[in-house]
Amino acid sequence: MALTQSDIDVEIKDLRDAYDKAVAGGAPVRNHPSRDYPPYRSSLLRHPKQPLVAVDGGDPETVELSGPVFGVTDITEHDSDLTIQHRGEPIGERMTVSGRLLDRDGRPVRGQLIEIWQANAAGRYAHLREQHPAPLDPNFTGVGRTLTDDQGRYRFTTIKPGPYPWGNHMNAWRPAHIHFSVFGTAFTQRLITQMYFPSDPLFRYDPILQSVTDQAARDRLIATYQHDLSQPEFSMGYEWDIVLDGPSATWIEEGRPA
Amino acid sequence: MSERLLPTPSHTIGPFYGHALPFPGGGEVAPQGHSEAITLHGYVFDGAGNVIPDALLDFWQAAPDGSLNGAPGSMRRDPSTGGFLGRNGVDFTGFGRVATDADGQYALRTLPPGNAGLPYISVCVFARGLVHHLFTRAYLTDGADPLLDSLPADRRATLIAAEGTNRTYRFDIRLQGEGETVFLEFQ
Ligand SMILES: [Fe+3]
Repeated sequence: MALTQSDIDVEIKDLRDAYDKAVAGGAPVRNHPSRDYPPYRSSLLRHPKQPLVAVDGGDPETVELSGPVFGVTDITEHDSDLTIQHRGEPIGERMTVSGRLLDRDGRPVRGQLIEIWQANAAGRYAHLREQHPAPLDPNFTGVGRTLTDDQGRYRFTTIKPGPYPWGNHMNAWRPAHIHFSVFGTAFTQRLITQMYFPSDPLFRYDPILQSVTDQAARDRLIATYQHDLSQPEFSMGYEWDIVLDGPSATWIEEGRPA
Repeated sequence: MSERLLPTPSHTIGPFYGHALPFPGGGEVAPQGHSEAITLHGYVFDGAGNVIPDALLDFWQAAPDGSLNGAPGSMRRDPSTGGFLGRNGVDFTGFGRVATDADGQYALRTLPPGNAGLPYISVCVFARGLVHHLFTRAYLTDGADPLLDSLPADRRATLIAAEGTNRTYRFDIRLQGEGETVFLEFQ
């Protein structure tokens, strides 16, 4: 028998309560989701059971403390505006999504690649395997990329994606989100995540968002409506900063006491 | 030291990245026709031993001369059409990206890494169902190495690619269960 939303709700609540209790008892805060998160069914066979093996980041020759670089040849001007990639304009609520890419010391991560992908306003991806019977938009592919500027800032023009159903359990719906793929100055800072919109009623039902069991960490995935970013007669503005985890060779050098 | 910012949590890549992240020539890191090119290839498996047809692998490595500086141009684009141009066939960017195919297989054509110590290619694994990516290393040869030497023999073996004919190296990735690949955490 297919799992219902209330089955999943119970699992989500139990895991959240267990986490809150552990933190209250002195356990460390978890900034990232646990790879083993049963309410998200696909995680069951796809997470390692052995503990991760620690690599000492003290050696600057460790390959992962450096990382790939990207430049102007890797993007075109049109890549950051998802509303001008076709002959006509896509249907939907036009918006600007902007923010800064930072490391954990608050320093801007400059000139790095940010890639995004998203569903259209009806909640449909322009992906062949997508089976949600919502209309495709011939004027929207939902893929963008850009390089961060000298302040670490990025900026996309796009339309607001719709929520969509998925097969995790009966009546499973994803809250509206944009997928982000981000590089830092080191391979260890690599991040793929999702940005959400304020006050979505689907948050509490979604095992993917809830796989982040820490409330404050979940809140960091939600963009802020920013009226100053809204453009008169044109678009709504959302602001979302991204903070990269993980060590890098430059961090070790610059972090060294003088 | 100022207060450190809290990181943005990771999320799964999900099932629908196929039209966004892979790019033509993503697995062709070696300049075309280079006589020293090697092929790293293998399958990605889940905990039931089934292949994973929707994993995405990012690769990063030292250049043959040991440089860790990389170079732009991995996903070089055409400003007139907006399409992908492919790499320029000259520069070695050190970065590769390959999605597994319907059989769960991947192949990366690259140049031998010249990093200090035992040569290896760093691999970052993404997949639907994997809520936080995993790092591992494909060592092209066995030998003395601080990481390898810290592991029991059976686990050590999961990080060493098997050399085949014609400069090929087989490196399978098992996310869970018997022969589970060693995954890494950087501190
Ligand atoms: Fe999605």
